[in-house]
Amino acid sequence: MSAELSVSVSNEDLGNPVEPFLRSDRMPHIWCPGCGIGTTVNSFARALIESKIDLKSVALVSGIGCTGRVAGYVALDSFHTTHGRAIPFATGLKLANPKLNVVVYSGDGDLSAIGGNHLIHAARRNIDLKVICVNNLIYAMTGGQTAPTTPDHATTSTNPYGTFEPAFNLPHLVEAAGAVYVARWTTFHARQLSRAIGEAFQKKGFSFIEVISPCPTLYQRRNRLGDGLETMKYYKAMSKVRTGAPTSEVGLTMNGEIIVGKFVDRNRADYQTMMRAQYASSLGEKFVELEAVCS
Amino acid sequence: MCGGSVTKGKVSIVVERCKSCGFCIEFCPSHVLAFSSAFNAKGYHVPHVVHPENCSGCDLCGMYCPDFAIYGKKNAQGEKQ
Amino acid sequence: MKADPRGVLTGEHFIDGDHACCEGALAAGARFAAGYPITPSTEIVERFAARVPTVGGTFIQMEDELAASITLQGAVWGGAKAFTVTSGPGFSLMMEHVGYAAMTETPCVFVDVQRGGPSTGLPTLPAQADMMQARWGSHGDYAIIALCPNSPQECFDLTIKAFNLAEEFRTPVMFMMDEVVGHMTEKVVIPPADRIEIIPRKYTQKPAEEFLPYKGNGAMVPEMARTGEGYKFHVTGLTHDERGYPNMTPQIQDKLVRRLQNKIQFAADRITLCEEENLSDADVVVVSYGITSRVAQRAIDQARERGLRVGKLRLITAWPFPQERIRELAGRVKAFIVPELNLGQMALEVERAALGKAETYPLTHAGGGVHNPEDILRAIVEARR
Repeated sequence: MSAELSVSVSNEDLGNPVEPFLRSDRMPHIWCPGCGIGTTVNSFARALIESKIDLKSVALVSGIGCTGRVAGYVALDSFHTTHGRAIPFATGLKLANPKLNVVVYSGDGDLSAIGGNHLIHAARRNIDLKVICVNNLIYAMTGGQTAPTTPDHATTSTNPYGTFEPAFNLPHLVEAAGAVYVARWTTFHARQLSRAIGEAFQKKGFSFIEVISPCPTLYQRRNRLGDGLETMKYYKAMSKVRTGAPTSEVGLTMNGEIIVGKFVDRNRADYQTMMRAQYASSLGEKFVELEAVCS
Repeated sequence: MCGGSVTKGKVSIVVERCKSCGFCIEFCPSHVLAFSSAFNAKGYHVPHVVHPENCSGCDLCGMYCPDFAIYGKKNAQGEKQ
Repeated sequence: MKADPRGVLTGEHFIDGDHACCEGALAAGARFAAGYPITPSTEIVERFAARVPTVGGTFIQMEDELAASITLQGAVWGGAKAFTVTSGPGFSLMMEHVGYAAMTETPCVFVDVQRGGPSTGLPTLPAQADMMQARWGSHGDYAIIALCPNSPQECFDLTIKAFNLAEEFRTPVMFMMDEVVGHMTEKVVIPPADRIEIIPRKYTQKPAEEFLPYKGNGAMVPEMARTGEGYKFHVTGLTHDERGYPNMTPQIQDKLVRRLQNKIQFAADRITLCEEENLSDADVVVVSYGITSRVAQRAIDQARERGLRVGKLRLITAWPFPQERIRELAGRVKAFIVPELNLGQMALEVERAALGKAETYPLTHAGGGVHNPEDILRAIVEARR
């Protein structure tokens, strides 16, 4: 194969293993050059392939923002909801139709600021959802404003002299709230991320996977941290895998180490199991099980 | 992962999706790719294959590519070797 | 189709409007509710929480109204008939999701047991001041359906109707109760299940390859696909084309938003319900709804006893507004009197529809109680002068 030949491979060449998971008619997507969201979608698609899960049973729910657009690009039953409300929408979907495998795929601002209350309550209730939180440390779609995850004194469009609010440590937050599976990887760790998503599909209950991802257009550029590739090299150089690390110790800084790995993997009855048990014990024979699909 | 002992593979590029981030070039374990001087329709420099003989078909390029514009595949012929 | 008998508590009951609304929802086939406690609506979901595990369904108390109003929509896409219940402050929080339901054409019911406002206002006392909010509360253009029961019996009957209209038009339906109707206890007759007509969800029979989730198919209301059956459909609150894909051009926006509006406006004659009395010889018409219609009834009866030619028009649907009927009456009556527990909301509609052909007299009340029938009677007398 010559160099020229490889460059001239046509658009029609859809042999990419992720292609069946994409709405190919919507490509190219809107994400910027060097943005990591697409990379996380690769890991997600490969996790679906490897887990051999029935794709019909997978529903994906997003909120608003750059990562919120994932719902529009995946060839699954997919819901692009309102800002911050992916988790409660997913909760209704799952509770009404427990056979579905419901994935929430959204950004750090969407899930932890406007949707922060829903995040902790869904973890507390242990709703059987797989939450993939792409954390680019900033509000990207709206132009680079401070997020609850913006670290240190990073400059943003709404903190032009540097952020001074302390940031959320998301793994610590969701562990405290009750999640049964908590992991963090970066977009550099594409294979580990894929495995983590596969593991989350094996868990029953609230799983949370944080993916640190570049936003070269807004976060990295404004903070002179280079482009997407520079950021990926930073992830490679500065990530430390610490499986089982206490989540209290995994907070992020602007230039420092990124602790990655699986932090929490525990078992706890999920919401619907608890609900059924409660009704069965209180109501006895009067309790009528939910039909998977009503009306 | 690189070297003569790996299973040979082939990398394919969907030119018009590429946004020139360079992830595939940087992280290819066998250094198969480099930026070409050519542009795609949106004006991005697209990677091209400079060492096809080194490609193992590991698809790490495909895993990293945020634009779904490249992927590697194991080559059936290579597996026979 | 007929109601699922498991949800129908056939018999004669002595219950309040809130409880009757819950029974209406169960009879209509609602098997999912998400709520957040708020006076004076909470009794509806309290009863639902007690009843639904015995008929096969789910109630979840969410962390706030923002969550409740979107959780129910997730449940709808999961296959359930679903609703939420609230009052003024919660209704305000839910407005974004009324818009989401309108935009994504998610059939569902929002129950608002109105209390005095603005803000926390009068938690335990009635008002009817959310009527315009029900129509216009979410941003952007859309049409809406809103029903106004005036008795516990209607809380039962019209809740079923609300669910049926939601399915028929794939729209959120606002169920506009008020504190008095919600807490008023009366006899409620629940018929046998086979006498209750239910409109089931219209699922497509087309295979996935041929199905366009937002193509109106002539009737302007698209069919739905079931989640989990391989349709791979996409639902978004963004302006979308017939495939359901985001497409933010003025042309697609125009086509979509006009369809959302027209699917209800063009069917307004069919949707609109009024209760009318003595309109044939009337020269003054009292237009009212909800609890105020029962107060007005007394004034109308007293006026009739005095030989005054007063007619009654009760809005059972506030939205779509029966503008053609008002316009027609305006050509032959002297005046409309519009008592309502607000500072003049539906009165604006009456005035608009009357086109200046008859006078419109709002009879305002800021809420916290109901009108004195004497005041309505006085207004009738004055309007005839």
